[in-house]
Amino acid sequence: MWNTLVSIFPYAIAYTIPMLMTSLGGLYSERSGVTNLGLEGLMLVGYFASAITIKMTEATLGINALPVGLLVGVAAGAIFSLLHAFASINLRADQVISGTAINMLAAALTVYLARTISGSGNVRIMMGIIRKNVPFLSKIPIIGPLFFSQSYWTTWVCLIIWALSWILLYKTSFGLRLRACGEHPSAVASAGINVHKMRYFGVTMSGALAGLGGSVILITYSGEFNGTVAGLGFLSIAALIFGQWKPLGILGATFFFGIATTIANVSQVIPSLQVIPPVFFKIFPYVATLLALVLFSKNSAAPKAIGEPF
Amino acid sequence: MKSLKKRELHSNAFLVAVSAMVLGLIAGAILMASIGSNPFTGFWYLFRGSLMNIERVGNTLATATTLMLVGLSVAFAFKTGLFNIGASGQMLVGGLCATIVAHKVFLPRPFFLAVLIGSALAGGALWGVIPGFLKAKFNVHEVVATIMMNWIAYWSVYYFVPAYLKGPSLETESASIAVSQSLRNEWLTNLFNGSYMNLGFFVAIISVILIKFILDKTTLGFSLKAVGANRFCAEYAGIKVNRNVVISMMIAGGLAGLAGLSFYTGYSRNMQIGVMPSQGFDGIAVALLGASNPLGVFFSALFFGILQSGKGFMNAMTKVPPEIADTIIAVIIYFTATSVLFKRFWDAAFRRRNKRINPQEDSVEMTPEKEGK
Repeated sequence: MWNTLVSIFPYAIAYTIPMLMTSLGGLYSERSGVTNLGLEGLMLVGYFASAITIKMTEATLGINALPVGLLVGVAAGAIFSLLHAFASINLRADQVISGTAINMLAAALTVYLARTISGSGNVRIMMGIIRKNVPFLSKIPIIGPLFFSQSYWTTWVCLIIWALSWILLYKTSFGLRLRACGEHPSAVASAGINVHKMRYFGVTMSGALAGLGGSVILITYSGEFNGTVAGLGFLSIAALIFGQWKPLGILGATFFFGIATTIANVSQVIPSLQVIPPVFFKIFPYVATLLALVLFSKNSAAPKAIGEPF
Repeated sequence: MKSLKKRELHSNAFLVAVSAMVLGLIAGAILMASIGSNPFTGFWYLFRGSLMNIERVGNTLATATTLMLVGLSVAFAFKTGLFNIGASGQMLVGGLCATIVAHKVFLPRPFFLAVLIGSALAGGALWGVIPGFLKAKFNVHEVVATIMMNWIAYWSVYYFVPAYLKGPSLETESASIAVSQSLRNEWLTNLFNGSYMNLGFFVAIISVILIKFILDKTTLGFSLKAVGANRFCAEYAGIKVNRNVVISMMIAGGLAGLAGLSFYTGYSRNMQIGVMPSQGFDGIAVALLGASNPLGVFFSALFFGILQSGKGFMNAMTKVPPEIADTIIAVIIYFTATSVLFKRFWDAAFRRRNKRINPQEDSVEMTPEKEGK
């Protein structure tokens, strides 16, 4: 049992981090009052942009191509999300339809470009991040082997971003204003703050973080752009709801979902898990989210002005 | 009678839809040009690929069949003020039920077809009624609930098909359904020269007529539309809002289930795992472009069917990747979502024109619109 745990934990963490970043992006956007169902598409844009960048620069930059690709992925996600921001903030469009359009556009456009550039729909990169044990910390009993062994450096960068976001959203006046835009935008406006600008910030952050999530998939466990993130963006939305739109909540939810997904993937090779069909682990996050929605339906933590144009 | 020139013109749904469509096609042309292909050749081969002979027309109609049913499903939910983004999942479950029936149930043809259609209808309706119930009972937003249902369906199919319906060779798809157990029909196949054309097309036509009838001529349709227009007003008028929400989602789910029937037992005759059917999302475009009107859905499904069915031929004849069709559809959805842009544009254009024609009148007079769609 212990050995099983130690061997699947690094995978669970690797799976969690892209979801955590995307979910955090969703948190920025939805807290500022804009529903973002386009996270799946924004992830895909980051995934694609970083794959192309790394493929083109890895010969000259070597290992430095990875952080460059990461940054390009973040920028691409942020730029692509402006489409959603413009539609839902300036044009008061239906945010669900706009988000769906973003998903479809990203899915079609990235493969279109990938086919044009590389001939097939896939873009393979030569290098990835090498997993390393964190010095000293990986020697701690129990926690060391579970959390600090065989980890990617991006994991720590992402966790720092998560912590900084928490501080920004909950400990600064800027964060208070951003969250107020999602609860009561007219009150924020009457205090002399530009609601549109705050929402633009929220949506752009969601694009940047989802782009980061997509890039992290590429340079950690995937190594190849293959035209889909297989529903991870939607799983991130589920985690956002299951985590009740709170930073600590989404950390817990994404990790929970990450473990469930990992178990489903490996359950057929681990004898102690074979008794449970993998389908239960795969559908578990979605069923859990539906149940959470039902349980919290009386006092939902969802931002009150979510989806309403201002 | 006023001459046409003197008429006051206003923007309307038809004009807005056509604007979105034209902009989508222009975006496609720009994309083709950006990779060094000639857009005119590209579109020429796209349309030839879907319409050049009777077999290809049959394939286009078969593609349009699925889109029509999904579009109808989304449009029907729209009428009740609900957004059915879960058509993909409903398609999967409806298709799975139909595939099971096609493999396991053997009956005389008319009875068999009834059971086949009924099973798809029931599967889809079940997958639609759950979010409807959650919305009515617990006020869970139907968009989130249907997305979750999509992925539950996706993973259920992913594990169910290899376990129970596995084909002889491939692990990733179900065994092919025998032609006699599918929606294919010898007469139709011969008529369209061996195309994918199947009985699903007639299911779709009947559904369009039936849904139009329900919406326009029955009390149920009236109360569904009343809930969509203003649920508080409807409640005040004594309409049971929650019951209508559940019924609407059930019918919408059933229609999407039929789309799964037409696709999995008529068009492809097997189920691939690990694929979220993109028609579920294309159907949103069909419904939006058709202004949620059954007749509009019929025509916009034909248009999208042409785009989707010709892309393979275009790809073979030019350098343009087939994803151009999906890109055009996505751009059209984006522009219908931002339709307020066109409304402003056309209203401004018409105001200038109206002023020029009748300078003394202050353009307040309402005239019947030319295209009342």
